[in-house]
Amino acid sequence: MEDDAPVIYGLEFQARALTPQTAETDAIRFLVGTQSLKYDNQIHIVDFDDENNIISKNVLLHQVGEIWHISTSPADKGVLATCYNKPSDSKVLTCAAVWRMPKELEPGGHESPDDSTSPAHTLELLCHLDNTAHGSMACVAWEPAGDGKKVISLADSHILLWDLQESSSQAVLASSASLEGKGQLKFTSGRWSPHHTGTQVATANDTTIRGWDTRSMSQIYCIENAHGQLVRDLDFNPNKQYYLASCGDDCKVKFWDTRNVAEPVKTLEQHSHWVWNVRYNHSHDQLVLTGSSDSRVILSNMVSISSEPFGHLVDDDDLSDQEERRPEGKSQEPPQDSVIATYEEHEDSVYAVDWSSADPWLFASLSYDGRLVINRVPRALKYHILL
Amino acid sequence: PASRLWAAVGAMAAAAAGPGTGSGPGDSPEGPEAEAPERRRKAHGMLKLYYGLSEGETAGRPPGSDPLDPTDLNGAHFDPEVYLDKLRRECPLAQLMDSETDMVRQIRALDSDMQTLVYENYNKFISATDTIRKMKNDFRKMEDEMDRLATNMAVITDFSARISATLQDRHERITKLAGVHALLRKLQFLFELPSRLTKCVELGAYGQAVRYQGRARAVLQQYQHLPSFRAIQDDCQVITARLAQQLRQRFREGGSGAPEQAECVELLLALGEPAEELCDEFLAHARGRLEAELQSLEAELGPSPPAPDVLEFTDLGGSGFVGGLCQVASAYQELFAAQGPAGAEKLAAFARELGGRYFALVERRLAQEQGSGDNSLLVRALDRFHRRLRAPGALLAAAGLAEAATEIVERVARERLGHHLQGLRAAFLGCLTDVRQALAAPRLAGKEGPGLAELLANVASSILSHIKASLAAVHLFTAKEVSFSNKPYFRGEFCSQGVREGLIVGFIRSMCQTAQSFCDSPGEKGGATPPALLLLLSRLCLDYETATISYILTLTDEQFLVQDQSPVTPVSTLCAEARETARRLLTHYVKVQGLVISQMLRKSVETRDWLSTLEPRNVRAVMKRVVEDTTAIDVQVGLLYEEGVRKAQSSDSSKRTFSVYSSSRQQGRYAPSYTPSAPMDTNLLSNIQKLFSERIDVFSPVEFNKVSVLTGIIKISLKTLLECVRLRTFGRFGLQQVQVDCHFLQLYLWRFVADEELVHLLLDEVVASAALRCPDPVPMEPSVVEVICERG
Repeated sequence: MEDDAPVIYGLEFQARALTPQTAETDAIRFLVGTQSLKYDNQIHIVDFDDENNIISKNVLLHQVGEIWHISTSPADKGVLATCYNKPSDSKVLTCAAVWRMPKELEPGGHESPDDSTSPAHTLELLCHLDNTAHGSMACVAWEPAGDGKKVISLADSHILLWDLQESSSQAVLASSASLEGKGQLKFTSGRWSPHHTGTQVATANDTTIRGWDTRSMSQIYCIENAHGQLVRDLDFNPNKQYYLASCGDDCKVKFWDTRNVAEPVKTLEQHSHWVWNVRYNHSHDQLVLTGSSDSRVILSNMVSISSEPFGHLVDDDDLSDQEERRPEGKSQEPPQDSVIATYEEHEDSVYAVDWSSADPWLFASLSYDGRLVINRVPRALKYHILL
Repeated sequence: PASRLWAAVGAMAAAAAGPGTGSGPGDSPEGPEAEAPERRRKAHGMLKLYYGLSEGETAGRPPGSDPLDPTDLNGAHFDPEVYLDKLRRECPLAQLMDSETDMVRQIRALDSDMQTLVYENYNKFISATDTIRKMKNDFRKMEDEMDRLATNMAVITDFSARISATLQDRHERITKLAGVHALLRKLQFLFELPSRLTKCVELGAYGQAVRYQGRARAVLQQYQHLPSFRAIQDDCQVITARLAQQLRQRFREGGSGAPEQAECVELLLALGEPAEELCDEFLAHARGRLEAELQSLEAELGPSPPAPDVLEFTDLGGSGFVGGLCQVASAYQELFAAQGPAGAEKLAAFARELGGRYFALVERRLAQEQGSGDNSLLVRALDRFHRRLRAPGALLAAAGLAEAATEIVERVARERLGHHLQGLRAAFLGCLTDVRQALAAPRLAGKEGPGLAELLANVASSILSHIKASLAAVHLFTAKEVSFSNKPYFRGEFCSQGVREGLIVGFIRSMCQTAQSFCDSPGEKGGATPPALLLLLSRLCLDYETATISYILTLTDEQFLVQDQSPVTPVSTLCAEARETARRLLTHYVKVQGLVISQMLRKSVETRDWLSTLEPRNVRAVMKRVVEDTTAIDVQVGLLYEEGVRKAQSSDSSKRTFSVYSSSRQQGRYAPSYTPSAPMDTNLLSNIQKLFSERIDVFSPVEFNKVSVLTGIIKISLKTLLECVRLRTFGRFGLQQVQVDCHFLQLYLWRFVADEELVHLLLDEVVASAALRCPDPVPMEPSVVEVICERG
């Protein structure tokens, strides 16, 4: 089917950072941050016109350094945060800052997409997340469904909770916690749970996954040796509050129930190299997306541990209205987990994948060579889930 | 028929050709000298033969001489003309003369013979005439004598009639008297009967008493209306009752053993006691004795005294209980045969109940045997047990004792199979422990690595010998001389489902599972299983796949000629499983070893400050370590796996320079490009390069050879290096150090892999990535790099 074909967009630099514009619910828009040590780095705002299958882009200059991580405010479409390397001669330090994009790039102020000669715009700096005392920033996470004023950042072995005040122009360190232990402990990744009214955060360092309570900044749970090697990424199930997915250098994707962390609920081993990214679909949590440095993106159908019931499988977790109305027992056979599709459009390691915030059937993946690929969930499966 | 006709026609043709030709065609049945008439007749005969006419005539005559032959001197149809003609025609003169003289001599001889005969017969005639004349005289004298005899006889008859008439009266009286005498004797017997019976009872001659009673009973019954007889009958009945009582008494006391008891029962039956009651009593009594036997058996079982060995136990049970049961059964059948099916049913129930208890005891005893390893004793014991029970089985088909016994034997056999399977598993695990120790020990002691091949051979042979021992032990169950070996279970299911599937296939499967569990063990950190063990197990499984499995199964099939048609696991399925296990183990080995080297490389990249590093003078020690470890792995794998296939190597692999760094490409790659049309340009070359090289599957399944294993390990290591490099930022000298390191790796690693292009590709990628991660990418002169590497 023609519109199931992937759409490819190329950047001229290496790139690792990808995020959907979280606050945007109408347009399909992704933000990509580049990594270049010699030239000015950019943030590409990639708009995808679903009906016409056309990509349009806007480029923002990000002159302070190469971007390692990017995230957008859930409340304000124009606000985003980046983690970037300051180029310096003697040492590398990753900093984090909150930015506002120019007004005309926000939805409504559309520029013509083919105006390719227009000069690149510049970001407006709102504030720095001061990390001089804490070390390199690994990532920044906004409070989901919040008002865009709370941000968690991970700096080496510290987890920092910031309050953004005065329309984000000032960042105040609200509280912090740090890892204790021998050796150099370093956070690699963190996610903010959408449940529990935003009081839980999960982080990964080395092979361990930890859960934190943001009110007391104390550890809630800890999954030691969650993966055989480094844990690269985490994601929370958007519908089942205790379910968590993780991926790592042992090529595995594991699903956890944080109430019982002795054993993973499920383990997938489909990739042939490190898995860098794992993402639940925001509305249909059986759809799980993973990106790996074997240059593949895999979309899995985790029916057996999804919140959407198949006949007998009725979950006590909170179901959205839409799901409650779903007719039960559409198919009588027991749920079968399966790989829906393996996407091989990339030729270099895929470091980032994410779902669109606007269209639940659409996702983007980014490989190191700067190739952004936008794909859709196969139509047949989509109808199968919806009907 | 056609050929016969042809023969006849041929013969006729020969005859028509005349005597001159002398010989007919080759297919003539007669020789060339055959006479024409004779031939014609012969032919005639053959035609007759063909039409079935001459069969009656020719039968019984000597072959070759035709009865109708006119030339036969002694024949009935002799024709002198023909004969002469024949003689003249075929004989030479001398022979003619001879035959003439011969003929004359014969004629003379015949003449003289005839004369002699005539004389002799003449004399006989004369004497015969004399005799006849003498007989005539004698007969006349005899007639007179006969007349006189007749008159005398008539007189005698007359006298005799007169005498019998006078004696008639007396004869009748004597007959009557004789009758009275007999009756009186019978009566006397009856009157004496009570006293006789009493005497018999006193003397203990019960048999005699019962016989008397039997004789009198009918008469007494008949004449009981006469008072005197009634009295006798009453007396008799009293005595008989006493007799019966005494017999019962004896029966109950029962000390005298089964045969005497049987006699008692027989007598009681003859006395007309109710058979059913007797049956019950008989069985109850037998039960008492058999229960005593069972109790003594149970005492043998008892927990405290050391139980006698199983053979002794079954012997005891066999001779005591089963023997007793046999006796009871045969006596019962003899005595109560008249009872019909109801009686047989009673006996069967009796046997079934006691047999059940006996079996329970035997099973308890056999259960104690489960732990022991000695099959032969057990099989012999089972054999005796089974054999003993076949006899009562024949007597008591309804009780199903033989079936139950067979069932017990089958159950024991099954349990033995399970026991052996456990034994094999334990042996396998033991082997693994030994290997682990062997692998661990020398490493502590000295540098000498354990002889992996030797260890493998040890493990393989020890497992094989265990399997063979188990097979031999189990084989005892099917030995010809064992009484139960021809039961359908042992001929079919035991061999196919039990031994082949349960024991052998089950063991191989469990072996594979055990081996696979090493892959799944949470020892991802590399700790739990020594890699050498993985390698060894993988080779072991592969060997099983290629040869051992089919060998073992053939051995099994030969030893246990499988007559069962039930489906069995084919060799190919097992082989596939073993192969899969071997593959998983080897892949896991690659992962583990790859991880070890990866960790080294990752640490070396992550912990170094690449921005402020000094200009490279040496290859970093960690790279040397990597090469050393790879070489060690190469040696280790080489001990167990074949070399494998390599792609053809370029003649001078080590001298290759970094193609990515050739100046022309460098221009293209790092050209500043800010125009929107540029995106493709920067990555164009590397993308094109990738287009033409195959995608590298880092953790791909390995093949069973050294090169493939090493390729896998090196791929994993280099990919790790690449990813780590991409996460760092390099200064100019940092980049140069990476350059040096990669060149060094290339110098030494290409020889291990299947396709050296792969190493080049990955190392190029590493250097290119390092260059991208460097704000000031000034590569080192290739010649300098080479010098440093050669020095290092």
